[in-house]
Amino acid sequence: MPKKGNVYINENWCKGCEICATFCPKKILGLRGDGKMEVMDPENCIACNQCVLRCPDYAIKVEVIDNNE
Amino acid sequence: MELEKYFRIEKLPHIWCPGCGHGSVMMSIVKGIDKAGWDPTKVVVVSGIGCSSRAPGYMNFNTLHTVHGRPIAFATGIKLANPELKVIVITGDGDGAAIGGNHLIHACRRNIGINVVLFNNQIYGMTSGQYSPMTPQGSMATTSPYGNIEPPFDLCELTRSAGANFVARGTVYHLPKLDNYMEKAFAREGFSYVEAISQCPTYYGRRNKLRSPLEMLEWQKKNAVDIKKAQDMDPEELKGKIVTGIFAEKDEEEYTSKYDQLISSVQGGKK
Amino acid sequence: MQGNEACVEGALDAGVTFYAGYPITPSSEIAEDFAAKLPRVGGKFIQMEDEIASMAAVVGASLAGEKAVTATSGPGFSLKQEIIGFAGMIEAPCVVMNVQRAGPSTGLPTSPAQGDVMQARWGTHGDHPALVLCPSSVADAYLLSFQAVNWAERFRTPVILLLDETIGHLRERVILPRKDEMVIANRKQPQGSPESFQPYDILDEDLIPPLPPYGSGFRFHTTGLYHDETGFPSNRPEVTHRLLERLHQKIDKYKETLFLYETYGLRQANQLIISYGASARSAKAAWRIAREKGLLVGLLILKTIWPFPEEIVTQVGHDKNNIVVAEMNRGQLIGEVERVMDKRIPVRGAQRADGVLITPEQILAKLEGVN
Repeated sequence: MPKKGNVYINENWCKGCEICATFCPKKILGLRGDGKMEVMDPENCIACNQCVLRCPDYAIKVEVIDNNE
Repeated sequence: MELEKYFRIEKLPHIWCPGCGHGSVMMSIVKGIDKAGWDPTKVVVVSGIGCSSRAPGYMNFNTLHTVHGRPIAFATGIKLANPELKVIVITGDGDGAAIGGNHLIHACRRNIGINVVLFNNQIYGMTSGQYSPMTPQGSMATTSPYGNIEPPFDLCELTRSAGANFVARGTVYHLPKLDNYMEKAFAREGFSYVEAISQCPTYYGRRNKLRSPLEMLEWQKKNAVDIKKAQDMDPEELKGKIVTGIFAEKDEEEYTSKYDQLISSVQGGKK
Repeated sequence: MQGNEACVEGALDAGVTFYAGYPITPSSEIAEDFAAKLPRVGGKFIQMEDEIASMAAVVGASLAGEKAVTATSGPGFSLKQEIIGFAGMIEAPCVVMNVQRAGPSTGLPTSPAQGDVMQARWGTHGDHPALVLCPSSVADAYLLSFQAVNWAERFRTPVILLLDETIGHLRERVILPRKDEMVIANRKQPQGSPESFQPYDILDEDLIPPLPPYGSGFRFHTTGLYHDETGFPSNRPEVTHRLLERLHQKIDKYKETLFLYETYGLRQANQLIISYGASARSAKAAWRIAREKGLLVGLLILKTIWPFPEEIVTQVGHDKNNIVVAEMNRGQLIGEVERVMDKRIPVRGAQRADGVLITPEQILAKLEGVN
């Protein structure tokens, strides 16, 4: 089964630069009206961690969903 | 890697602008320290003045935010005083290549065990956008309103010639490679220089038709040329390109270890 | 022993283990002597690429736990100023020896002068305190060098040892005090745990925070920006005010113990000569001649010139009817004496600024009743 993940955005640290959204292969992240990023399509996260690696503000965490549960 | 182990979490978010590459470079350094397995109480991070030089405030080590251009000179005193300490200097293209350029080449010549990481955003950000010695020719800046006529320094060539044991250049776009250079730099005895091309969307990008952090990262991707490939290219083709990769990997003896030997021989001679 | 050499001996006896410098006349003997002697005691010497780098390396070494010194002369002293201010702001103990030569600019590199009195006080930008000692003999050079290192450590501040070419190159016989009579001061260390440590938390009456060396387990941030007790930057007016006032108070509080001076023939004197450094030697000769002529002249030789020993000058000078300030510049310390005397007593300057040692005759000429 493909990997799944839960994306958490620390809104206090996010500056809405959209770098995460650009590097997300599934394009599940988007800029909200208030200038913070949000997860628009949580179901499609594949826990690749690109957003975590790329966020210059350390504002994103991805939790891998255990498929065996 | 737990952020809490190496960062002063309560000081975050950092002061850098949205989309600034400096946060990525700071993380790359911390990952390098983690890989090196250094005891954080034995690590000293020294910086000068400028945007990049604010990094140490967020890093949970012995941290010293000094004056403009001189962090390598402070670091030299620290390393020579106590060679057991792991000394990292965080500097920028203004701090390290302009006002601090002389200290950089002399530290290379001595090959003293200091790891310099230069955040190259190609502009003076803290003072809001004047051209630096690493601003590309033709670029617009507040002090080059008609385009910059000065050619930029290639500090990798300079530090290699000056005697550094390890020299590399990476970009924020090619982050995993940058992480690798940090790891290699920190593992090697003697002086190391790692240059990280970072993006300044606020003061460089906006004036130079790179309207977002993403366009700036694209620019890095498009213009980076691996050093191996660059060897087969002529100077005309390389104009405006960023040569990335490892420029030097040597094992010349480190300065403080030579000094320790000097002490032993002087004291031995007396007995 | 030579004056410059005596500075090195005094510093080594006070526990100095680190020197960084850049060659400059007439202070180079200090660097050469440290280069030879430091490795013998396991200390470190480095010749840096310039004056600024030397000052930076000294502050770095100080933070790493060493007692650190640099030496220079006029032009180099100008270059070091920014980092002297940084050392004051972050409270890094260090000693700067400035062997004055005739300025401005390159001036007369091998000639005596005392033109850096005000630079020693106000050279670095901002409203900082200053601790400046001025030897007028080779023995003084030894003792004041020792004292400078001690005070740098005790007060966590840069201390300036202000020599001049004459004293630096002077050779005379000196009897040094016995080493067991010399008390060495070391910077304060924290009492608590690294976890609860705040680098600028003031717990003691002396207003001076402890300074653990890098690598000892106490991790903290240091910056030349205004900072609060945690060491991190703050631009709050109350934090700014508190730090600047404390930097002054920690020295002002102990001011009276910092005033080092010598007096001669004060009893019944109605005139007074005030001098310091090499000029004080000519002043002493002038004083002797004046006494031989039967004039009631007293002599005050200042060893501490900053903070200016206002109380001493007032006490010694208030009942005189003529005060002569002898110095090798166009009048620098005389301004302080005039300020203190506030026009109540005439203050005259015996001054010389042509690269030649001031003579006793020049000083005598400013006294009343000399013919």
